[in-house]
Amino acid sequence: MSGAAVAAAAPPGRTTTGSAARPVVGPWLLGVRHHGPGSARAVLAALRAACPAAVLIEGPPEGDALLPLAADPRMRPPVALLAHAVDDPGRASFWPMAAFSPEWVAIRWALDHGVPVRFIDLPAAHSLALKEPAPKEPGEGPERAEHAQEEEVTPVVDPIRVLAETAGYDDPERWWEDVVEHRSPTGERDDGGMRLEGATPEGADPDDAPGDVLAPFVALAEAMSALREAYGDGGQPRDAVREAYMRIQLRTARKEFGDQVAVVCGAWHVPALAARTTLAADRALLKGLPKVRTDLTWVPWTHRRLARQSGYGAGIDSPGWYGHLFEAADRPIERWMTKVAGLLRGEDRFVSTAHVIEAVRLAETLAALRGRPLAGLGETTDAVRAVMCEGSDVPLALVRDRLIVGESLGEVPDTAPAVPLQRDLTRSQRTLRLKPEASERELDLDLRKETDAARSRLLHRLRLLDVGWGDPVAGRGSTGTFRESWRLSWEPELHVRVAEAGVWGTTVLTAATAKAASQAVAATALADVTALAEHCLLAGLPDALPVVMKALADRAALDADVGHLADALPALARSLRYGDVRSTDTAALAEVAAGLAERICVGLPPACTGLDPDGAETLRGRVEAVHGAIGLLDTGAEPGTGLRERWDAVLHKLAARDTIAGIIRGRATRLLLDEGRLPEDEAARLMGLALSPGTPPADAAAWIEGFVGGASGGGMLLVHDERLLGLVDAWLTGVPADQFTDVLPLLRRTFSAYEPGVRRTLGELVRRGPVPEGARRDDAAPATGGFGPGLDPARADAVEPVLRLLLGRPPEPAEAAV
Amino acid sequence: MTVSNTTAAVEPEAGAQVLRPHAEDAFADELKALAAADDRPRPARWRLSPWAVATYLQGGTLPDGTVITPKYVGPRRLVEVAVTTLATDRALLLLGVPGTAKTWVSEHLAAAVSGDSTLLVQGTAGTPEEAVRYGWNYAQLLAHGPSRDALVPSPLMRAMSEGMTARVEELTRIPADVQDSLITILSEKTLPVPELGQEVQAVRGFNLIATANDRDRGVNELSSALRRRFNTVVLPLPGTPDAEVDIVSRRVDQIGRSLDLPASPEGLTEIRRVVTVFRELRDGVTTDGRTKLKSPSGTLSTAEAISVVTNGLALAAHFGDGVLRPGDVAAGILGAVVRDPAADRVVWQEYLETVVRERDGWKDFYRACREVSA
Repeated sequence: MSGAAVAAAAPPGRTTTGSAARPVVGPWLLGVRHHGPGSARAVLAALRAACPAAVLIEGPPEGDALLPLAADPRMRPPVALLAHAVDDPGRASFWPMAAFSPEWVAIRWALDHGVPVRFIDLPAAHSLALKEPAPKEPGEGPERAEHAQEEEVTPVVDPIRVLAETAGYDDPERWWEDVVEHRSPTGERDDGGMRLEGATPEGADPDDAPGDVLAPFVALAEAMSALREAYGDGGQPRDAVREAYMRIQLRTARKEFGDQVAVVCGAWHVPALAARTTLAADRALLKGLPKVRTDLTWVPWTHRRLARQSGYGAGIDSPGWYGHLFEAADRPIERWMTKVAGLLRGEDRFVSTAHVIEAVRLAETLAALRGRPLAGLGETTDAVRAVMCEGSDVPLALVRDRLIVGESLGEVPDTAPAVPLQRDLTRSQRTLRLKPEASERELDLDLRKETDAARSRLLHRLRLLDVGWGDPVAGRGSTGTFRESWRLSWEPELHVRVAEAGVWGTTVLTAATAKAASQAVAATALADVTALAEHCLLAGLPDALPVVMKALADRAALDADVGHLADALPALARSLRYGDVRSTDTAALAEVAAGLAERICVGLPPACTGLDPDGAETLRGRVEAVHGAIGLLDTGAEPGTGLRERWDAVLHKLAARDTIAGIIRGRATRLLLDEGRLPEDEAARLMGLALSPGTPPADAAAWIEGFVGGASGGGMLLVHDERLLGLVDAWLTGVPADQFTDVLPLLRRTFSAYEPGVRRTLGELVRRGPVPEGARRDDAAPATGGFGPGLDPARADAVEPVLRLLLGRPPEPAEAAV
Repeated sequence: MTVSNTTAAVEPEAGAQVLRPHAEDAFADELKALAAADDRPRPARWRLSPWAVATYLQGGTLPDGTVITPKYVGPRRLVEVAVTTLATDRALLLLGVPGTAKTWVSEHLAAAVSGDSTLLVQGTAGTPEEAVRYGWNYAQLLAHGPSRDALVPSPLMRAMSEGMTARVEELTRIPADVQDSLITILSEKTLPVPELGQEVQAVRGFNLIATANDRDRGVNELSSALRRRFNTVVLPLPGTPDAEVDIVSRRVDQIGRSLDLPASPEGLTEIRRVVTVFRELRDGVTTDGRTKLKSPSGTLSTAEAISVVTNGLALAAHFGDGVLRPGDVAAGILGAVVRDPAADRVVWQEYLETVVRERDGWKDFYRACREVSA
């Protein structure tokens, strides 16, 4: 039924453009769908049958010089022809080609048979210059007209869609697949590939073989010309210029080689190339085109980047599937299902041969139900899901990732011209006066200076791209955040690294941005993403930051371990601070950090219960780190977010809840006390509670460790607040003898960390012993309670005059008081 | 057959008012019109072609103008896979969380394919082997000894001998040993009766549709041997928020009317809110797709959303002012979300603090939730 659709659009009697594709006389206009395996096969068959004297291909003519490289055995598709403006590597276009691209097939055929092959599209010098006013994503390029139509943001006519709708299809891709991609020239659907191999030009049926293999192109040309009559340029005014240029090139080629010329171009252009126009009219169209100096080279490409989801206009959904269709010698569905089964088995899923059989049956019956000539990707995917994946989309995602898109990575021989990234790097090295030298040298940067900051960014970006030119080293002397020290050494193999990094982009900035973004998406651990975020800030990649932040927020949301979150937060807070030094916009970062802090506030209290001593100790460190980070965040841009209050509430909860490990309770109490968020009376009450006789001594000792442990001035607290010391003293003397040995190591650890002076003072205080109950009650100054016999009036009087002198107050009222 | 068993016996008299007619009776006209218009090849003993079965489920208009109502609103792809599975005489397993129309789809598939949706085995923890294979009429057995007359065939046995579509509901609730007796039926397509030295061989057209709930893990997990005999189709939850709100409000309206609850027009915002909360937590991502969330352990199906709203309506009607307010649904949502007191509570609090608090117009809802969560 699909063939009928084309036939209906192009009745055999009409030969307005069909004459151009007649088998015996050229030129043969082979309209294709870029990256269509069916088109590629058809093109190959047509070339074999017609044996043209020259092959012309839609592509930038500057690339002619690079064409012989395609025959290099070290050249492995997918690759892309890359054109970029010499003085602005950021302005670039890509012409990606996979093994199953018709253009690639045609190039290889021509090179293998010693047939001249040329690119005939508008030179990149013009198309890149034209590109300037509306900078779009690379690859949107001029070459993918009929496909670009689908991808254009502006609504333009999609010729394939119109044809598909005429044929009663709702999905243009499916229609094209049914009509063209699944047809092989011999008309045998299952073993087309084998027949192709056998079908030599002078093959079994010389009379109708050329006509047969060219028939699809004739029909397609008919359909396209009908469409172009209805839609004109289809909303792509620039196509007229390109087609004029192609016509001129075609004329030149015909002068040189006669009519035996084959043209491989997007199906949309076929009618325009066949149109009869005057040379003068075509020349007029090309007048006054802007021009820019360009360079071209081959770069390795990947299937993933061919896939539409990576944002390249010329992309296709399923390069892996197309590659399979192109490569499979016969029985493509059976072979595909076997591949899928192999993949799933490799991932330890139970998939038997019976599964494969049933999946093939289901796919073929589904195709019949849907009225398709052969099971396509949709049917096979449905069958794989229902039979092999038990209806689940999870293993299916694996199939999509590994097989339907595929992981194929192209290779380009070393002899290919340098990638623009290298030029951009050389340029930056010149402007920043940073010579690539093999000998090792140290470089100190002051980030407050413009040039130094730019140098630092360049080095950080290169590190992100795995071009290890500079290694950061610990700064000498100053530890300020505005200093940075590097050890530089340029090894020859770094050139190779730069070339490899060329897949990521044409400038250091765009390449680093693209790589950071892809790393962020691929990262699994929260800490990796945080590190990446820090790196992005250091390297000055504001465009990568949103992606990284999104990844960070996603990982944080799904990470159930508060510990990971708590580990990530300090780095973020630090990044925010660095951001200030480097004047990067960190609003997104602050938002994510706040979100992270919020999650920690929610998750921390439950995470602090039921811990063993080691776990509690680790978590105490995290509580402290988070406390510090939240302090940093709170002093930042937006006060009044209430984060501080919520964190205080969490600390209160930690301090008060019984089930939480003693060391954390103690630390929370202490943090609150230090911040002045906890009245001293309350702290004393909590301490009394923690040290009351009902508590196991080990717990109480842990509490003390948490409260006054570490070198953070805990000792001074005890020295100055004798009430707290009194509580500790009372508790310690009350510990039963048999348990005293248990708590001793912990206490020793707590107190041995104090400075000697503090320890001595504490010791002296303790030696004096607590105030006897009676004496304390008689005392006039209740606030002092604790150690010692209270105020000694005589000694106090002796000090007083000096104090008054120090405070600058007159002695007279003192006399009155005494 | 002297003694008819289970469902086959309770066919209602024509014209009698039954509470819920079978699919093949309720939609007899549509099936007839489809059969008349259907000129595509039909597999053996199928009433309709696979294409017509798919149309019957998804709805459409026939050339003669008959409108076929959609029975299942969902991806056409799923229906096509399901029908194709039956056409390739593989057994079909419909999986899904409760309330995703598994039984509904299986009933209509059986009605369209075989014209009879009553050959049904209801799976329970107590489903005996007799329900899957055959039982005995003991009076006959004692009086005349073992014979075909004394045999009471199961719905499955009948489907095999008549080339019909049988249905097994809640396959995973059936004990493992009873499940296993399905393996022979599905792979050998035969049911031996050793007592009589006979067997019942399935004739062309026999097939089996099973439904199972994929959220109740570990009830009676299918053995891989049995699982291999099925093609699996997972029926998804409603695809868009609007569709789900529509389903919830329609059901709430029906239930509310039967409970004599006052309908409240303001309730729609709350219903939308409940559906949004359920969807976001279920999908693990906010509706705007910008923030990821942890998902709680509960199912949070559409059916639960319906019960939360119905409860809220009852609260509002009996203890409030009759208008559904955030406070009326907050407790219900909390109960539905927090199934595991430790982990789910964290999930819920995170959701409250990171999503609900910031959202415009959700202040009162946030406050109500804080109140019940505290």
